[in-house]
Amino acid sequence: MAKVNITNNIRTLRFFANEMTQQELSQKTGVSRQTIVAIENGKYFPTLELAFRIAQIFAKPLEEVFTFELLTEPESKKPKK
Amino acid sequence: MDIKEKRILVSLLSSVLVILFYWWYVYSNYIADNPDILNDFKFWGTSFIILIPVAIGIQIVIQIIFAIITHILNKGEEIDPIDDERDKLIELKAIKVSHYLFILGFVLAMGTLAMGMQPWVMFVVLISSGFVASMVNEILRLYYYRKGV
Repeated sequence: MAKVNITNNIRTLRFFANEMTQQELSQKTGVSRQTIVAIENGKYFPTLELAFRIAQIFAKPLEEVFTFELLTEPESKKPKK
Repeated sequence: MDIKEKRILVSLLSSVLVILFYWWYVYSNYIADNPDILNDFKFWGTSFIILIPVAIGIQIVIQIIFAIITHILNKGEEIDPIDDERDKLIELKAIKVSHYLFILGFVLAMGTLAMGMQPWVMFVVLISSGFVASMVNEILRLYYYRKGV
């Protein structure tokens, strides 16, 4: 399977949302502050539900909060005949 | 290091101390004077039955003391008590590995019986595998919290 790179703009979005703190975002999403920190640092990829919750809080579509990128072509991994 | 990592570290250290002190106590009071007791199934059963509440009780007391100390050091700030999806994922991953380890230990323990070894060897392997599995569980949780999951 091809490797993927998932990044997010949560830090920027928090800045434009009146410098919303990680604690405030964690309270609004119902997860711990450590989880928000881990998501921002790319150490944890949230579930679809949490991703949508975060996007909803910033009133943005999901793809403006999270970006998904394939790092390698899946075809290159196919075995040669 | 955040509060959850500290809690795991305290749990890890207290588990090691409890097990070491408990088996040192059992060894010095029962096994050292009478090594034949190792072949007594009642001895192993009693040791296990007593170990479980003792270990749980001490863990609870240590965690309460830890919570009080943390509360004082954080100057009364509320500690995040939420166990969210990330915590559950980390717990699941750690439990999966520790279960495999325990199953491996169980098979090894049965292997000692199959090879005709003394029954006490089986008990020692079984207890050790349970202990190692528990330690690996805590260490893996710590690892996933620090390195990400």
